[in-house]
Amino acid sequence: MKVLVAVKQVAALDEDFAIRADGRDVEADFLVRDLNEWDDYSLEEAMKIKEAAGTPVEVLAVCVGAEEADEALRKCLAKGADRAIRVWDDALAGADAIAIARVIAAVARREQPQLLLAGAQAADHAFASTGIAVAALLEWPHAAVITQLAYTAGAQSAVVRRELEGGVLHEMQIECPAVLTIQLGINTPRYASLRSIKQAAAKPIEVLTPADLKMTPGEVGEAGSLSRVRRMYVPEKGRAQMIEGSIDEQAARVAQLIRERTGGAA
Amino acid sequence: MSGILVIAEQRRGELRPATLEMVTAAQAVRRPGSRLAVALLADEPQRFVAAVSVPGVDEIVTVPLAVRDFDPDALEAALGALIGARRPSLVLVPHSIDSFGYAAALAVKGGYGFASDVFRIAREGEALLATRGGYGQKVNVELDFPGKAVVLLTVRANVFKPPEGQATPAVSTFAAPAARVRLIGREYIEVSAGDDIDMTGAEFILAIGRGVGEQANVEQFRELADAIGAALGCSRPIADAGWLPKSRQIGQSGKTASACTLYLAMGISGAIQHLAGMKHVATIVAVNQDASASIFSVATYGVVADIFEFGAALRAQFRS
Repeated sequence: MKVLVAVKQVAALDEDFAIRADGRDVEADFLVRDLNEWDDYSLEEAMKIKEAAGTPVEVLAVCVGAEEADEALRKCLAKGADRAIRVWDDALAGADAIAIARVIAAVARREQPQLLLAGAQAADHAFASTGIAVAALLEWPHAAVITQLAYTAGAQSAVVRRELEGGVLHEMQIECPAVLTIQLGINTPRYASLRSIKQAAAKPIEVLTPADLKMTPGEVGEAGSLSRVRRMYVPEKGRAQMIEGSIDEQAARVAQLIRERTGGAA
Repeated sequence: MSGILVIAEQRRGELRPATLEMVTAAQAVRRPGSRLAVALLADEPQRFVAAVSVPGVDEIVTVPLAVRDFDPDALEAALGALIGARRPSLVLVPHSIDSFGYAAALAVKGGYGFASDVFRIAREGEALLATRGGYGQKVNVELDFPGKAVVLLTVRANVFKPPEGQATPAVSTFAAPAARVRLIGREYIEVSAGDDIDMTGAEFILAIGRGVGEQANVEQFRELADAIGAALGCSRPIADAGWLPKSRQIGQSGKTASACTLYLAMGISGAIQHLAGMKHVATIVAVNQDASASIFSVATYGVVADIFEFGAALRAQFRS
């Protein structure tokens, strides 16, 4: 029994950054990378299934990205993932969420997991599309934004709760194998110990290309995408009127605002 | 290649308000003479006809489904057939928890152009352009869809104003193919039960976020909220950690600060999901140590300060 956890090495912007000369992305030097927060929760959910199982469960972390994405996979290994696969080829540059999903689906076809977990979205571009696109490519049942998962390793179905707008949960039973996208708060992700971080540094990460996964050029990168970035730019944004001064002066001004707007009752 | 199709969203017998916003979103890219249709997919779709009979809609297509609850397989099968039969050039869907669950799958299966969480749609010659945020909403990303005859977009809520008034669009029906049932809805659970406060009714809210740091620090903000007469709310990380009940969470998956006129955000960076629940508030005061925090782009007033020092200073202002 195997659980595949699809993870992303997300990028945040430095305080100062520059748009690339072609105008279609930010210069890579200004990107600060980390494992997507949502994926930390999906990995933990996979670990919970593994630890509750009476039979061996393999947790496989998969990431599409260039060499720097190894760092995200090392985090997964340090927290208990059994194996890690990274897929990259320069042809994957310019891939949108859907073209990334094609790669993850190709890995899933090779690995045949019984459950595939992905983050409900990623912190950088928030497409909220990749996991569900993988499900469509595999023709698997799928459910998004899951905040509760009851699944016993090897079972034919799972019971999930998806988190709707306005503080309502919707409980469903879903056939497995399935793709579930995981919401923050479903569990409390563990910290990796120093010892396991050291051990993870020595574990192998299997590196594959789309060709290794028998993908055709038409499926890869821009060719496999359903959208294309024309340009990226910094929008004109509203800016709050800043209240300056000493901390007491700032507090006095805010207190005045509160009294004005609550009719001085407080 | 013609026409625009808006997919209505309904849940538990009610039309989701974002549906009508799609009708407005479509107007900017509508070609003269092209038709705008709204598709109603539900077990009894005719019950929503009146609710979507608004100016700008030419036609309503009712698509009866065999299932009552949200089922992505049923929606994908029905919408794939409907889009295949009508070949609209543009399909608009609300960006919502439901569409998280099926829109990307529908686009992949149909090979449509696709983008999610779009907040601007435009045409430039023959090209359709969609704009969304990137890198934590710090940049805008303009997309196009070369070679795609059908483009499916999920559109951000609360960006476009719903049309006002009533109209009498033509009503037709479309027989959708059934999908195998792989997912069975069981029940809906309200998570807010049990709390003494309804955040949607609070006029003055003090909301705390990740900046609070640890659970032991929550108490001083509870005391501050009492002193200044505010209801204490929070952003997602505080509720997920269990430091405040889920019913206090403001945002997309929490409560909307519907009645609020004054919102004091302390230690909240301003993730898009949080902004969805409060950015409409008339007066927003944001206190954050990070001058580049996103919350300052929606706030009326901003204070760059340590929230603990500021909290103590504000508390002192309300000591008699």
